[in-house]
Amino acid sequence: MAVGSVATRGRAARRSWTQSAIGSWVTTTDHKKIGIMYIYTAFFFFLFGGVLALIIRTQLAAANNNLVSPEAYDQIFTMHATIMIFLFMMPIWTGFGNYLVPLMIGARDMAFPRINALGYWLFLIGGIVLSLSFVFNSAPNAGWFSYAPLTEATPTCLVQNVASQSVQAQAALAASTAAQAPAQGCFSPGANPDFWIVGINILGIASLTGAINFIVTILRMRAPGLTINRMPLFSWMMMVTSFLLVFALPSLTVASFLLLFDRHLGTHFYQAGFGGDPLLWQHLFWSFGHPEVYILILPAFGIISEVLPVFSGKPIFGYTFVAWSGVTIGFLSFTVWAHHMFAVGLPPLAQAFFASSTTLIAIPTAVKIFNWVATVYGGRIRFTAAMLFGLGFVGMFLIGGLNGAALAVVPFDYQVTDTYFVVSHIHYVLFGGSVMALFAGIFYWFPKMSGRMLNEGLGQIQFWLWMVGLNAAFFPMHILGILGMPRRQFTYPPNLGWDGLNFLSTIGAYFIGLGVLVFLVNWIITISKKPTAPSDPWDAFTLEWATTSPPPVHNFDTIPVVRSRRPVYDLKHPDNPDWKNEH
Amino acid sequence: MPFKPNTFKRWRLASLLPLMIALALAGCGQTDINQVDHTPNILDPRGPSAYAESNLFWFILIVSTVVFVAVISVLLYSIVRFRARPGAPEPRQLHGNTKLEIGWTIVPSLVLLAVLVMTITTMFQIQQPASANTITVNAIGHQWWWEFQYPDERVVTADEMWVPTGTVVHINLVSNNVIHSFWVPQLTGKTDVIPGHDNTMWLQADSTGWFRGECAEFCGTQHAHMDFLVHAVSPSDYQAWVQQQQATAAQPTDALAQAGAKYFAASPCIGCHMINGVTKGSGAGLIGPNLTHFGSRQWIAGGVVNNTPENLAAWIKDAQVVKPGSDMPAFTNLSQSQIDELVAYLESLK
Repeated sequence: MAVGSVATRGRAARRSWTQSAIGSWVTTTDHKKIGIMYIYTAFFFFLFGGVLALIIRTQLAAANNNLVSPEAYDQIFTMHATIMIFLFMMPIWTGFGNYLVPLMIGARDMAFPRINALGYWLFLIGGIVLSLSFVFNSAPNAGWFSYAPLTEATPTCLVQNVASQSVQAQAALAASTAAQAPAQGCFSPGANPDFWIVGINILGIASLTGAINFIVTILRMRAPGLTINRMPLFSWMMMVTSFLLVFALPSLTVASFLLLFDRHLGTHFYQAGFGGDPLLWQHLFWSFGHPEVYILILPAFGIISEVLPVFSGKPIFGYTFVAWSGVTIGFLSFTVWAHHMFAVGLPPLAQAFFASSTTLIAIPTAVKIFNWVATVYGGRIRFTAAMLFGLGFVGMFLIGGLNGAALAVVPFDYQVTDTYFVVSHIHYVLFGGSVMALFAGIFYWFPKMSGRMLNEGLGQIQFWLWMVGLNAAFFPMHILGILGMPRRQFTYPPNLGWDGLNFLSTIGAYFIGLGVLVFLVNWIITISKKPTAPSDPWDAFTLEWATTSPPPVHNFDTIPVVRSRRPVYDLKHPDNPDWKNEH
Repeated sequence: MPFKPNTFKRWRLASLLPLMIALALAGCGQTDINQVDHTPNILDPRGPSAYAESNLFWFILIVSTVVFVAVISVLLYSIVRFRARPGAPEPRQLHGNTKLEIGWTIVPSLVLLAVLVMTITTMFQIQQPASANTITVNAIGHQWWWEFQYPDERVVTADEMWVPTGTVVHINLVSNNVIHSFWVPQLTGKTDVIPGHDNTMWLQADSTGWFRGECAEFCGTQHAHMDFLVHAVSPSDYQAWVQQQQATAAQPTDALAQAGAKYFAASPCIGCHMINGVTKGSGAGLIGPNLTHFGSRQWIAGGVVNNTPENLAAWIKDAQVVKPGSDMPAFTNLSQSQIDELVAYLESLK
């Protein structure tokens, strides 16, 4: 009797854990819950990386400023990029993909729900490992691409470093090692690169599980009639992105393990003088690193290709061209890596090749932009916050594309590579591009995910703060690069004409920060309301709007049958459905 | 009224902004290059490869501006013209147009092809210098300062490199530590300095003046303070400079400097620094710069401060305050008079 009641209590306790507020999230394999966990965690890292960005801009607001020490500055700029790329942008796209892809293709879940959960928890662990580096004052500090031999050490010097913890002793040690054995340097005797290597590889495994899951889900689990040629473009871009991850990540894994071996096992892969070569790191890293740039922007292309048509009241212009230009970009992204390396002294013929491939990749990108503009042209445009961010994306990404094409002009690149011109370029692409598209997506799908509509007025205020802020922050950086300011300097002298532009850039950064605060207020107001959003608040086209907001656990009561690219449009326009007109 | 011409015009003017800013930029580039400190503006080129590179910039800026204005104009026109109005009819459900797609694939391809042709021809054109009149310099990247060796002239200096105008300077780029990048914006684009790679480059100054050089590849804590100066002078001034640099260290004349010289020769300084005619050995493999003509230089330690007696005193006393992380240790045990003597001696080494 007593034994029985204890056992019953045990079972009851276990049941209530998986059904409790926290337990239902921790144990979930529902793609929607996992997607939301990805999005919130990644958004936390967006705020974290954003604070680091504001510290950088405050330090650079005036010449010879000493808000932070050079050592701290190096950790901050390295972690700003590492967090924004690996802990914010990549996982938040995985989160959006997780939530939306099964709904868009009419599936009940991802193909491998448990692996999906594993991916999230690995991402969280990787994020914690990288963040903990700050606690040990050993945050990665060699830039987000961790160039060897700056990140190098030897097993001997690592041991000596643990023995002698004082800063002076470390400096003396580094100096004596460099002087006595020049080819076998010990330039990073701290644990900083180790945190980077371990964190990045955990995140790499998380990304791989997600990528394979997306590929299988998209190829195998589409609703009846939803051929690949009818698939929403966001799903298309998630598929291309996933293939890029599968083929690009191994290069990073190999590169970082070789660095780990150099540091801890005494190999010499990147150490000149022992048959190793520092350039090996750059080739391995960038053959991951350039596809990575497209991993960050292709899902944004997907979102824009969903948002612009809905708020223009028209189908996407040139669906096939938009989809296949994405695939073309994916293929070409593996052929352009050395355009990050024009100044390393490659043979001229190799430089000509990489200039040509980089020029080539601009063509499908241009085709996409023209198609987006043609989608808006002739429409009936509703200026919702989502649409504003979408239109803002087109303008800002256009600037990022044009200054990117300028960087493919090799002799000009000799001048501006590693200057603020490049910083401007990546921020127009990743902030003006990816982040603007992300917020178009957030305003567009928030009602679907939460059942609540974000406040439109606050959204528009945020949009204008950002348009002013991002142009004030990033446009002057073009000019700074042209005026000869290298990137990654913790400070600069006052008499070179760089002060005013840096100050303007800092003001812009604070405008962006203000926009983020407006969004947080908007979010708090919205989630404290009752979930009353209708299934299809935007008069949209794709399958996720055919189910309730938020959808039930099983997504659809009956799996829908699809006859065109815009199944929900067809339902609402039985007189003139797409399947009669599509070609 | 579906179309507001005024709004449209204003928008189009705004989209010309990048071009206007760039034109203003070219204007503000005309600084006095005979001053040591002036903006290293790549659009104020003073050498043949920098000229070619800045010309390419103007070309690509014009192409980009045309593309930007064209695309943004259509977008802004659509935004104004096709704004949803109450009672507006359902827009035409246009799915695409293959001819248009082919057109806007071909047109940017042609534009990009033109840019690519310009790129590759200019690239090959600046690979090799035109002039046969040459000197050779080895530029050695340390963490974090530049050493310059003139192997033919047997001159070694640091932080500044003197070159004759109208002469091709072949530069061998050497690093035995991490990767650096050698950049003199007004004379030439950058080339990386990579351990184990014998990268070479060339530059030529067409007018006399001081030109700021910078390390452009992140190389550790004091990457920000790894600058150098290129001083372009007439060939005869250059010869005079070479002769002055070839001489061994000057004998100090005043008492303070003489005391400093005596102290220096027996101090820990000689463990890292060479002074020709004073310290023994070749100086090879030493950690710090050769100080034989230190007093003639503009800067200390990669441009972290100007070379003045006060700055030098602070530097000797505790370099870790002036440039944290550098290899120069603090000498807090030195008395003020010892520092004054050392400063007087080193500044006398013209």
